[in-house]
Amino acid sequence: MSVFRHHAKLETNVFLLAVGILLTVITGGLIEIVPLFTIESTIEKVQGVRPYSPLEQAGRNIYVREGCYLCHSQMVRPFKDEIERYGHYSLAAESKYDHPFQWGSKRTGPDLARVGGKYTNDWHVRHMINPRDVVPESVMPGYPHLMRPLSFNSAPAHLQALKVVGVPYSDEQIRNAKADLLEQADPAATEASGVVKRYPNAKFGDFDGDPKVVSEMDALVAYLQVLGTMVDFTTVKPEKIYR
Amino acid sequence: MASMEKDSVSGQMTTGHEWDGIKELNTPLPKWWVYVFWACVVWSVAYWVAMPTWPTINGYTEGMLGYSSRAELDNELKAQKQARGAWLAKFQTASVEDIAKDKTLLNYALVGGKVSFGENCSACHGSGGVGVAGAYPRLADDEWIWGGTLAEIEQTIKFGVRNEHADSRQSEMLPFGTGDALSAEQVGQLADYVVSLSTKTPAAGSPGEAIFAERCTACHQEGGVGSKDLGAPALNNAIWLWKGNNQAAKDMVVAQITKPKHGSMPAWAGRLDDNTIKMLAVYVHSLGGGQ
Repeated sequence: MSVFRHHAKLETNVFLLAVGILLTVITGGLIEIVPLFTIESTIEKVQGVRPYSPLEQAGRNIYVREGCYLCHSQMVRPFKDEIERYGHYSLAAESKYDHPFQWGSKRTGPDLARVGGKYTNDWHVRHMINPRDVVPESVMPGYPHLMRPLSFNSAPAHLQALKVVGVPYSDEQIRNAKADLLEQADPAATEASGVVKRYPNAKFGDFDGDPKVVSEMDALVAYLQVLGTMVDFTTVKPEKIYR
Repeated sequence: MASMEKDSVSGQMTTGHEWDGIKELNTPLPKWWVYVFWACVVWSVAYWVAMPTWPTINGYTEGMLGYSSRAELDNELKAQKQARGAWLAKFQTASVEDIAKDKTLLNYALVGGKVSFGENCSACHGSGGVGVAGAYPRLADDEWIWGGTLAEIEQTIKFGVRNEHADSRQSEMLPFGTGDALSAEQVGQLADYVVSLSTKTPAAGSPGEAIFAERCTACHQEGGVGSKDLGAPALNNAIWLWKGNNQAAKDMVVAQITKPKHGSMPAWAGRLDDNTIKMLAVYVHSLGGGQ
């Protein structure tokens, strides 16, 4: 075939070969990458999803550090039985401020996408220190070391870094990161506290039962208690989030 | 470059490439493979047209079939609701007492309640409601802090205990041993008396009895029978909420008088629907101690 005769020219001329490779890579790249520029347009438009507060974000970092995602997913799939067990299926909007997202792909333990508010702080602390104290059948390891003080000097830097990748933290939020972190874990916090103003509906108070120290446990429990609670599904019209 | 030629052994053409006398056969791909390849290409193009595929500036291409996995799920849920419709309608109108009286409804509720209990309640209250010593109440005995009738159990499940829900059950014991309310000696005497109540041998005339009458009976009532309205547990039996497995009763009572612990339970209204809560109430009531 004549095409293959010309092909010999391409293969034997290094300049033409380079141009040919470049064109191929560009074409493939455009098709694969360009649609991602508008991927945000596919995220459901729902109310209530806000960036994590500094304390929740610190808890999230611990969640990632301890590898919780290896056994727990955060993704209620749109299947009948998952909804019966865990609640409303997860929306893309609910993890749009997750970097990286924690959807996971393994469920040795249950899904955690809707664990917020399901159990008390007290339960989470007991369960984290030694899961068998409350659930005798559990195979989860204990995490008693989380009762150590949380190191949070880098809180503003964490928020700043997340802002760079697109999480809309305001300068005010970044400036107050450390104060907000302390205030959210303060037993004396109220609805009028700055942290609740800056992060609507944030749960506050002493999470780990030890009001004197802001521990890693405080942060992790604060994070777990906000999971899946930001969107009020009674206000979401199902047809609006069909995908 | 050598020219293309017919290979005498295989009867195929060569590619015309030659390295040190080695030539490359240009055997065509199997026909079936080529057809499958082109069929895949055609399929993918058809898929773009028929199904949701590409993100766009304001959304995504929805495809001519208008398929949505979430819409499909909603249809499945509707069909499921319809299939359960007869039951759901009965549950909707029946009170928990009605359900407990009707044998078929009761069976249905016990099975459904057990499943929901396993997922939502057993984390704290244990499988079958055995509870956790020193932490979470056992539901399989006849000691009830907030009441053990069907309606009381239903209300506790719905609104929970000491949480942010406006209708949640609230009450807090005062820290009598902290500050100057009671001296350490008095706390010890009071604890001795409370322990004597629990063994059904109240130490009449003891100093603890007087303190108990003055400080404790407003909530725990005379004789320590407790008050379900106030969430004050009965003290006249050996069932303790806050006693750990290896803890002496007196140590626990002293700790509780000095710095009371207060349990909390989430409100399940909103997370679980009314029918599920009714089934749970009936199931919990059946665990052993329902009143």
